[in-house]
Amino acid sequence: MATTAISHTPSFSETFFTSLYKVENGERFRTCLQCGSCSGVCPFGYLMDYPPGRMIAGLRADEFNLVMETDTVWMCVSCYACAQICPSKIPITAGLMTRTKEELLLAGNIPSELQSALENSQRYGNPMGESPRKRADWVIGIEPQVTILGKDRRPVDILWFVGDYPSYHPRVQSVAKSLAKVLNALGVNFGILGPEENSDGDTQRLSGERGLFEMLAEKNGKIFSRYQFERIITSDPHAYNALKNEYPVLGINYPVQHYTQFLAERIDQLKPLLVKELQATVTYHDPCYLGRVNEVFTEPRMLLEAIPGIKLVEMSHNHASSLCCGGGGGGMWLDGFQWEKAHARLSEWRVHEAVDSGANILAVACPYEPPRFEDAVKTIPQAEQLVVRDIVELLADALG
Amino acid sequence: MNIIVPVKLVPDLVEELSIDSSGTALDTSWLRMIVNEFDDHAIEQAIILKEHTGAHVTIISVNAEGIDDLLFTAAAKGADRLIKLTGEVESGVNNHALARGMANIIKELKPDLILTGVQAHNDLDGSLGPQLAEYLGMPFVGYISGVKVDGEQVNVRKEYPGGLIGDMNASLPAVLGIQAAEQPPRYVAISKVRQMMKTVSIEELDLSTLDLMGGPTVNRMFQPEVTERATMLSEDADEAANQLINLFKELGTL
Repeated sequence: MATTAISHTPSFSETFFTSLYKVENGERFRTCLQCGSCSGVCPFGYLMDYPPGRMIAGLRADEFNLVMETDTVWMCVSCYACAQICPSKIPITAGLMTRTKEELLLAGNIPSELQSALENSQRYGNPMGESPRKRADWVIGIEPQVTILGKDRRPVDILWFVGDYPSYHPRVQSVAKSLAKVLNALGVNFGILGPEENSDGDTQRLSGERGLFEMLAEKNGKIFSRYQFERIITSDPHAYNALKNEYPVLGINYPVQHYTQFLAERIDQLKPLLVKELQATVTYHDPCYLGRVNEVFTEPRMLLEAIPGIKLVEMSHNHASSLCCGGGGGGMWLDGFQWEKAHARLSEWRVHEAVDSGANILAVACPYEPPRFEDAVKTIPQAEQLVVRDIVELLADALG
Repeated sequence: MNIIVPVKLVPDLVEELSIDSSGTALDTSWLRMIVNEFDDHAIEQAIILKEHTGAHVTIISVNAEGIDDLLFTAAAKGADRLIKLTGEVESGVNNHALARGMANIIKELKPDLILTGVQAHNDLDGSLGPQLAEYLGMPFVGYISGVKVDGEQVNVRKEYPGGLIGDMNASLPAVLGIQAAEQPPRYVAISKVRQMMKTVSIEELDLSTLDLMGGPTVNRMFQPEVTERATMLSEDADEAANQLINLFKELGTL
């Protein structure tokens, strides 16, 4: 039977739906069963006008314009819990949530807190608006001196991509210093980019600013190509995710490891150096972009168990079901907005779990987490005794 | 409605400023430039007027490193025409000279309204707006935080010290010094700015020979100096806290 094409201007829902097909496995949006698992597992799904499942329903009903009229998608912390639980393996985070944020951003409809983080990233290469010249100030006083490739111009084995928060945040600089100490103890030949390093851009991408992500990635790619190194390690799971999964699409292709993977490979060399006993019960928080997204679960635990005196316990949500600290997807720069909507912080939920696990140390492996969890500890009376430490800080302590 | 928005870049205070070897100017080797905040508000106000009542918006600026990015960003926000003024301006000029030179160019553009930032932190010889108004023979109102166009008149909201607000009219064409736009300057996605870089062109107009008369001569530029009465606290937080405690004790407040 012959059919005649009827000319028709596609609606916003249709155009948007078509754009989702361009995302890897995007055709799976057609296979949504409307089981609601995504909305249920979403840490902020309970207060979204349109949690992920309803967003998909809105798309199918040609009513996505209604979704665009609300601002609750900014509650999405890109934690991948929805994508991970989906029985049809629909790319909800990478596709639907990120694309919706992109559309809102293109329409100029973004919370002002996020706006300044994006403007700072564009202008200074870091979301905090700090001077790029001061990016390596944290290395002052470290012995032996940390090699800054632009200054020392020598080939290294390891390029350490430090990241924004370990470079600038006063609390997280201690994580950077600890990793420098551990790398030096292992005799690793490493260097950093210092003032030439730009934000990895991954969280900017997940908060809807793809163009900014590409700009930052291109800048980093250009700098990488200037120096000689064998692989990249990062102290940030978001940078790890970007370098591993997103930069190669832009033609920036280098072997990359999170520092926990790099150190776990050298566990036999590291273990004899861990001489100081740390009598503590430790629980480990799997960062979304290390655990759930990139399935690095064993290496961080292996490192913790190598520290003498440590007893490792698990929280009720662990491994792939870990809870987000609230910093992803732009959450790091939406504290005020999200507090206004939720009057709750995801970091506080997690700290409650850490207390319930019986741990006295909450170990982390993502630079967003120490400040977020330490703030939560201050507001939860039962958490008074809980200490938040990055794994590498514990390793550095155990070196003695 | 033809709106002209003169804007400029100013030193970004995120970097520490230093004085060059002549001792009369900033050392430009490490200087990072940023759009003058008030000019950013002037751009926003022009775009708001365009959206509300329809207008043709021209952004005009003196050539400097980074000016193209500023102009393309303004285009992404909705500006229609971008003009870069060239000539012997790279080393910076005083506002008297700039106002005279710019007035000749702006006159040709037949503006109905000129919106510019009310001031800039590197204005050494007065802000640009009133001087432009003088050379163009137009009225000027500064410290504006709201603009409505009504026929041949413009109705403005002017801020006075002490929280007073003035509601006044001026006849068009007029020059307004913008203190704040009606809403904060908007965000434009980088992809939109990049698209502008491919599709929009920046016109270059020659400022020709500038008459520098009327501007100031800088004899000496220097960092704030510690006087005898000032006590500088340590940069170390713990040490500074101890110094403060001792100071309060000495003064009898603790």
